Amino acid sequence: MSCLQLKGEKALTWTASCARKGNRLKNRAAYFGVFTAFALILSYVEMLIPFHFGIPGVKLGLANLIIVIVLYKTDWREALLLSVVRVVLAGFIFGNLFSILYSLAGGILSLAVMVFLKKKERFGIAGVSIAGGVSHNIGQLVVAMLVVETYQVGYYLPVLLISGVITGLLIGILSGEVLRRIRHIQLT
Amino acid sequence: MKKSDWILAVVILAAAVLIFLVQAARDSEGEKEVTVTVDGEIFGTYSLSEDQTIKINGTNRFVIENGTVKMDWADCPDQICVNHREISRDGESIICLPNHVVLAVEGGKSADLDGIVR
Repeated sequence: MSCLQLKGEKALTWTASCARKGNRLKNRAAYFGVFTAFALILSYVEMLIPFHFGIPGVKLGLANLIIVIVLYKTDWREALLLSVVRVVLAGFIFGNLFSILYSLAGGILSLAVMVFLKKKERFGIAGVSIAGGVSHNIGQLVVAMLVVETYQVGYYLPVLLISGVITGLLIGILSGEVLRRIRHIQLT
Repeated sequence: MKKSDWILAVVILAAAVLIFLVQAARDSEGEKEVTVTVDGEIFGTYSLSEDQTIKINGTNRFVIENGTVKMDWADCPDQICVNHREISRDGESIICLPNHVVLAVEGGKSADLDGIVR
């Protein structure tokens, strides 16, 4: 309901709540801008590290750090929006249309798994992040299989599983530390 | 870390090791060849025992040397396939996603049988 269309006796009380709503929106927009910038910086740092393991898909996934933090600090809607915005922007700046496609597949699957596991409440942030890292790799692998139409892409699944666990664990520990230090900041 | 976090990590690592062992068991010592696929269609098959350099449609070039295959040139921007390490084991592959090119090593005739049951 739009705040501008209100008339009559209730107008006064409505404006007060509308103002609060407006402030919240401004806060959200400001924080979201900071998070987006941070995610893009991490994507850039990741790109600067000359790290060729010889097997495509093995990388740190630094930008996932900010996704995990946002997921825990706000909710899954913000995390999803940030994930998509980051992938599209980073893709246009550093990559190409292909890298956007793979990153989106990995990012969305990863976020879906993380949201699901976080709801379960049996897992800590490290477990959620590990599942996110692994499913990110699996999502990209599936898209790669669809694009080249061969199952052979799956040969490196074990390597990608292991690297997903290691990077997911690192990201999980890091974001846990960051969250502990920013726990007094209210985002919603 | 919670206990279930550790369990999750160990289960995934165990699955990875299991798949790896299955792959290692399937690898054969026999004559091997590399099959080149473009857009899902076979472009050609080349023996690994013969050193040679082959161009694929002017978009990629690969080298067979000492029984290993390496992509040494590609016109794509990301160069992921060029940075890929050389391959030689049955089932291994190098993939150039932008050009839809796949190089896949397959065990030769001796590996046609998965196993013999008596």
